[in-house]
Amino acid sequence: MAIKKLLIANRGEIAVRIIRAARELGIKTVQVHSAADAEMLAVKMADEAVNIGPPHAAKSYLNIEAILKAAKETGADAVHPGYGFLAENAGFADAVEAAGLIFVGPRGDSIRVMGDKVAARVAAEAAGVPVVPGSDGRVDDPEHARHIAMAIGFPIMIKAAAGGGGRGIRIAHDMGEFETLMPQASAEAKAAFGDGGLYIEKVIERARHIEVQILGDGQRAVHCFERECSLQRRRQKVWEEAPSAVLPQAVRDKLCASAVALAEAVNYRGAGTLEYLYDDETHHFYFIEMNTRIQVEHPVTEMITGIDLVREMIRICGGEPLSIRQEDVRINGHAIEVRINAEDPARNFQPAPGTVTALRIPGGPGTRFDTMLYQGYQVPPFYDSLLGKLIVWDGTRSGAIARMARALDELGVEGLPTTKPLHQLLARDASIAKADFHTRWLEPWLEANAHRLNS
Amino acid sequence: MAQLLSPLPGTFYRRPSPDKPAYKNDGDKVAKGDVIGLIEVMKSFTEVKAEAAGKITFIAENEEPVMAGQPLAEIG
Repeated sequence: MAIKKLLIANRGEIAVRIIRAARELGIKTVQVHSAADAEMLAVKMADEAVNIGPPHAAKSYLNIEAILKAAKETGADAVHPGYGFLAENAGFADAVEAAGLIFVGPRGDSIRVMGDKVAARVAAEAAGVPVVPGSDGRVDDPEHARHIAMAIGFPIMIKAAAGGGGRGIRIAHDMGEFETLMPQASAEAKAAFGDGGLYIEKVIERARHIEVQILGDGQRAVHCFERECSLQRRRQKVWEEAPSAVLPQAVRDKLCASAVALAEAVNYRGAGTLEYLYDDETHHFYFIEMNTRIQVEHPVTEMITGIDLVREMIRICGGEPLSIRQEDVRINGHAIEVRINAEDPARNFQPAPGTVTALRIPGGPGTRFDTMLYQGYQVPPFYDSLLGKLIVWDGTRSGAIARMARALDELGVEGLPTTKPLHQLLARDASIAKADFHTRWLEPWLEANAHRLNS
Repeated sequence: MAQLLSPLPGTFYRRPSPDKPAYKNDGDKVAKGDVIGLIEVMKSFTEVKAEAAGKITFIAENEEPVMAGQPLAEIG
């Protein structure tokens, strides 16, 4: 192993997860942290800790200079970015390598290509991966836009080429609306981003969110099958499973092969996830984007394949070739993860930082709790609300759901509200039992069940 | 002189977004109910409103971490 000392440029439960993997590989760890995070679990676990700045993330976890300085001062030879913060910042990956350190992730150029919506779509099409029907890149000519709209059919989503985070998105249901909305969307994009460029895409109305985990060493890639994350609130994943309960084997084979083809086409290095929309009536899948990092929900894949994804990405980025052969990756049983957030389901999921006065962690067969919590820990208000992930495995999906219900009943976090009551209801819901859901299922369900969440 | 206290723990912002001007500047006249800043708690934003009318003087800075009950500004 080329890596001797790994700096973790992240916080919370993923920092804990990375330290565990590093320790099993005999690698020393350096945990950087903000002034608000001096007492976090990863700081207590790591071999060394360095305060890199004030609570505000822009001044600490997003401060590239401070992170590289900490690496230099501690003699770290590699940096793991986790997820969020700088994980998909190509400039950070470049800066880490320019400083003579190993970046535990893809090369900056891979992040750049896959992080750009239009470039990622072009790369996917070139690798033969189906994409959502739409314009190949931006459309500036209204006549051309009308022509594409006719060809792909309504409803159509109009997006700002320079946009992000849902801004500037319009949905047209027919040509009349399309004619009205195109100039509006262009004007709004121009005002918001200084660029009126648009692109258009077919709206896949009743889609499921299915994603494929891949590992690549820069030349070869393997897939570790799919996860389904259709249960979402405000585009945030709430409940994740592996494998998907609804994917026919022939479709699964095609989907996973397409992910490997795209990963190999861009010479992908490390762990990555290709996200797709899946129409369970037509069995069509469409690539939407690639996440060039380890994901929050990676444990469900680990539970069904037995592969330690975090350890593998450290090994690969440390220079070892991919040790896994595709034929050795098999699906065993079913895994489910739920996100335990510091949010109050009885108050419209208002975030609620506070002090953990008591903690009971579930155990028993097939039960895993990846968390940053300990008794007495003060959850700071400055970062996202994820406290931990409860993951269960069993031989069958129905067994896993029953185990999730049991494990949730065992979990006790006192001192602050959490999303546990939501998951307790979901684990006993008839539609969930039948896997009868899609990406827009949960929000109406939350409205209809609001009275049951007011505990 | 009345102190305006932070209703929540989090990060205090004096602007609606990084590329926009501040809601209010020191010495501005504010009316009761005027938005004078935001508190970010775990990526969720809550508006802070003036509880009285008068001339505002800020105590907390933009992007400053604040505790619940910490004075953000004086209005008088």
